[in-house]
Amino acid sequence: MSEDIILEARNLVREYRTKEGMFGKLNITRALKGISFKLERGKTLAVVGESGCGKSTLARILTLIDPATEGDLLIEGKKIDIAQQKITPEMRGKVQIVFQNPYGSLNPRQRIGDVLTEPLMINTDMTPQERRDKAMEMLVKVGLGPEHYNRYPHMFSGGQRQRVAIARALVLNPSLLILDEPVSALDLSVQAQILNLLADLQEELNLTYLFISHDLSVVRYIADKVMVMYFGEVVEYGTRDEVFGDPKHDYTKTLFNATPRADVAHIKERLARTA
Amino acid sequence: MTDTTHSSAPDTRIEVLKGFWRHFKTNRGAVFGLYFFLTLVVIAVFAPLIAPHGATDQYRDALLVPPVWMDGGSWNHILGTDAVGRDLLSRLIYGSRFSLFIGVVVVSVALVVGICLGLVAGTFRGWIDTVIMRIMDIILSFPSLLLALVLVAILGPSLINAMIAIAIVQQPYYVRLTRAAVISEMSREYVMAARVSGVRTLRLMFVTVLPNCMAPLIVQAALSFSTAILDAAALGFLGMGAQPPTPEWGTMLAEAREFILRAPWVVTFPGLAILTTVLAINLIGDGLRDALDPKLKRS
Repeated sequence: MSEDIILEARNLVREYRTKEGMFGKLNITRALKGISFKLERGKTLAVVGESGCGKSTLARILTLIDPATEGDLLIEGKKIDIAQQKITPEMRGKVQIVFQNPYGSLNPRQRIGDVLTEPLMINTDMTPQERRDKAMEMLVKVGLGPEHYNRYPHMFSGGQRQRVAIARALVLNPSLLILDEPVSALDLSVQAQILNLLADLQEELNLTYLFISHDLSVVRYIADKVMVMYFGEVVEYGTRDEVFGDPKHDYTKTLFNATPRADVAHIKERLARTA
Repeated sequence: MTDTTHSSAPDTRIEVLKGFWRHFKTNRGAVFGLYFFLTLVVIAVFAPLIAPHGATDQYRDALLVPPVWMDGGSWNHILGTDAVGRDLLSRLIYGSRFSLFIGVVVVSVALVVGICLGLVAGTFRGWIDTVIMRIMDIILSFPSLLLALVLVAILGPSLINAMIAIAIVQQPYYVRLTRAAVISEMSREYVMAARVSGVRTLRLMFVTVLPNCMAPLIVQAALSFSTAILDAAALGFLGMGAQPPTPEWGTMLAEAREFILRAPWVVTFPGLAILTTVLAINLIGDGLRDALDPKLKRS
């Protein structure tokens, strides 16, 4: 397995055009300024950056919600442009997403069972019984039980909801999963559980992750490669050890310095400075 | 699993209904209104069995007979008779059928059309949103009863046309409520999640988003039920709604206008019927709002 590239972005650009009033001048905001990267099957790419740097815009393009203004998106070697072609169920099944906020990403009026079977109903021609079995299987896989099938989202804790969201993303057997800050809304102890679950699932299903985060300790734990974004541009891209060991760009250094550190030497140094 | 919180919560719709009833029950007025309304429904359904006389039977020997507790009243006509000898109680009982019928038809027409227009406006935005909302603004810019009156004048006075006119006049409120709710729901992440899993626009509108927009709509429906009855009565009073001899409450008021001094009961009872019905439904509406809308709870 030398070069099994599952996702390739070539020079992706996304512009938002807004007009001030009916005859006002056109404002063009460039949210992404030419993003390129490759992602190998079974690996994890972490995308790091501050709020508003284009991480979520990138996620929206990769999950085929919004089209890119310029540039090419290749999934498993095939070029995909949703501005020109209709999205087939087959394409839908390749890329799925898990959102940051587990309280907003589940429909409050939908039972967990329906949350999990809806994608199957729309994208496959399984019978209701097959869909049900598949949903049950996914529930068990993410650490929930069949008894949760008929419950509503408000009966679950944040960690459980995030498990449901992961199950929903996996139910179509995607090869690529976009994780948009999947643990930043959770308690620390639950964060670890979810991260372990994600690691287990990656190994079991040979999944590829694109992990969006601004928590560097989480990134250090889960990532193979790291991409640092700053105002819509990639300022640093390399393996985890390269980026963490030898940050090149000023912003990356600032970012590392901003991470809270709890080791004794560091605390002593800080106390010495302030004293 | 350590992140378990609600492990044995029963997961049925009955539970949701029970919770709703618990909230609703705390509002005494709303419960009273509900009982009154249910009684009215029973009366309307079994009108021919309950009413002592027919709605249009005339008793030529008993014109303008006062109610039973006044001098000259008799148990034969408990609430007295009108100028052509028709039993008032029976007419009121039959009239409740019309009032409820008007309320149900007007609210369902306004609700269904309003939800569809509001969903379209809120989902697609752009020019179609502008067109729909400007039309609704135009309707709103006329005094509602006046507009209904003009519409009935164009369509011709009858109960059906009055109901159509009132439904059109009430339309904008539903469209606005639906549109506002849809726009706020559309930006939630579960809608995006549904899109990623391939849900088409039509299913997204009706299956994913609409159920989450229902609470304000139910409240508005309950409150406008009474407005519909009131408007229909007003149109009837002005001679533009139900035509005599239909025992519609507003029309009865109009017929009795000239006897207001000589035989006050002929005007009083239809007026009281309208008042209590509208009051009861408004109380239910308030109770529904308190129970369904968490933002207004305990305020």
